[in-house]
Amino acid sequence: MSDRNRTLIDPILVSNPVTLQVLGICSALAVTTSLSTALVMSAALIVVLTLSNGIISLIRNHIPRSIRLIVQITIIASLVIVVDQLLQAYMFDMSKRLSVFVGLIVTNCIVLGRAEGFAMKNPPGASLLDGIGNGLGYALILVAMGTLRELLGAGTLMGHTILPAVADGGWFTPLGLMALPPSAFFLLGLLVWAIRMIRPEQAETAPNGKIGEEGE
Amino acid sequence: MTELLLRAIFTDNLALAYFLGMCTFLAVSRRLETAFGLGLAMIVVETVTVPVNNLLFTWLLGPGALAWLGLGDMDLSFLVLIASIGVIAATVQILEMVLDRHVPWLYRSLGIYLPLITVNCAILGASLFMVERRYDFSESIVYGFGSGLGWALAIWALAALRERIDESRVPKGLRGLGIAFILTGFMSMGFAVFGGLQFG
Repeated sequence: MSDRNRTLIDPILVSNPVTLQVLGICSALAVTTSLSTALVMSAALIVVLTLSNGIISLIRNHIPRSIRLIVQITIIASLVIVVDQLLQAYMFDMSKRLSVFVGLIVTNCIVLGRAEGFAMKNPPGASLLDGIGNGLGYALILVAMGTLRELLGAGTLMGHTILPAVADGGWFTPLGLMALPPSAFFLLGLLVWAIRMIRPEQAETAPNGKIGEEGE
Repeated sequence: MTELLLRAIFTDNLALAYFLGMCTFLAVSRRLETAFGLGLAMIVVETVTVPVNNLLFTWLLGPGALAWLGLGDMDLSFLVLIASIGVIAATVQILEMVLDRHVPWLYRSLGIYLPLITVNCAILGASLFMVERRYDFSESIVYGFGSGLGWALAIWALAALRERIDESRVPKGLRGLGIAFILTGFMSMGFAVFGGLQFG
């Protein structure tokens, strides 16, 4: 695989930002009660991450080292405000459902982590790809969780009935727990377990072994 | 007020019900000692930043907040995000200097965690929730303190559990991160039970 493909594909499958590097967990858990919120949140993050990576990479040689974090956060925050305002203007209901979590992309450790770890050292083209790749890796986990939680919690997907619920004369009893916070932790725990069964090299060996890069 | 406080600590726990500050929550909960320092820092910073952001929103950024300048129809609330971050970063810096000068023992026990939590989403999240739910000034003090304490309780408990679980025989792929999630899930269920409390 060429370098270019690797920058794009690796973060999706091999070094997934959520399950391996433990970055951006907050929103991954919070907005996955339904598939549609997960999709919108993923789209918002991919846009912010790609653009912030691109912009920061473009000006990387002009940012003084001592204030680089402030510059990065300002760029990210400006992008997030634009995305947030667009959502409020065109998808008001969705923006209400996502509550403060779009705003919290500012402190999402994936964005700052990629800006600091990749965009500061690489040319704009590669940084854009890295942004898209990491965004997609994040989206993959969000969509998987959103699908499971909405399907098992309400028997629907994107609001369409897939498993007819008992209340509407069907056979499926929705698992109320799936809509509540604890199930998000359980599902993500099990997901991490599944991934580490398939890729044993990602498992932590010593009790005090490292968990990827520690974020924030 | 009591209801708001208990709600912020238990039912609406920032970490366990809103998943805020999860990165730090999982990364720093491996040892009780470090988790203790971080929890303390969290309480202090939340108690200070939420009321400060509340003042900022009431007098500068909210709809009609600039009425005292004769600009009653201005609404700068889209700037809340960037302003809150600025306030938090500045507060943390000032707090660090004040503590270093006047309360050295606390400064030493908070250690490196003060600067670290500038970008913690639980801090920003608490301020954004405060704006979204329109708390007034006194409510925001209570909410800031309560949410900080709730987060601290959660990380102390998880750190204690994780120190024990290191001694146990956890399945290989589940070790570390996986089991931490599942433990947090159980704690989240436990904290949610406080939702059944009735307030007179």
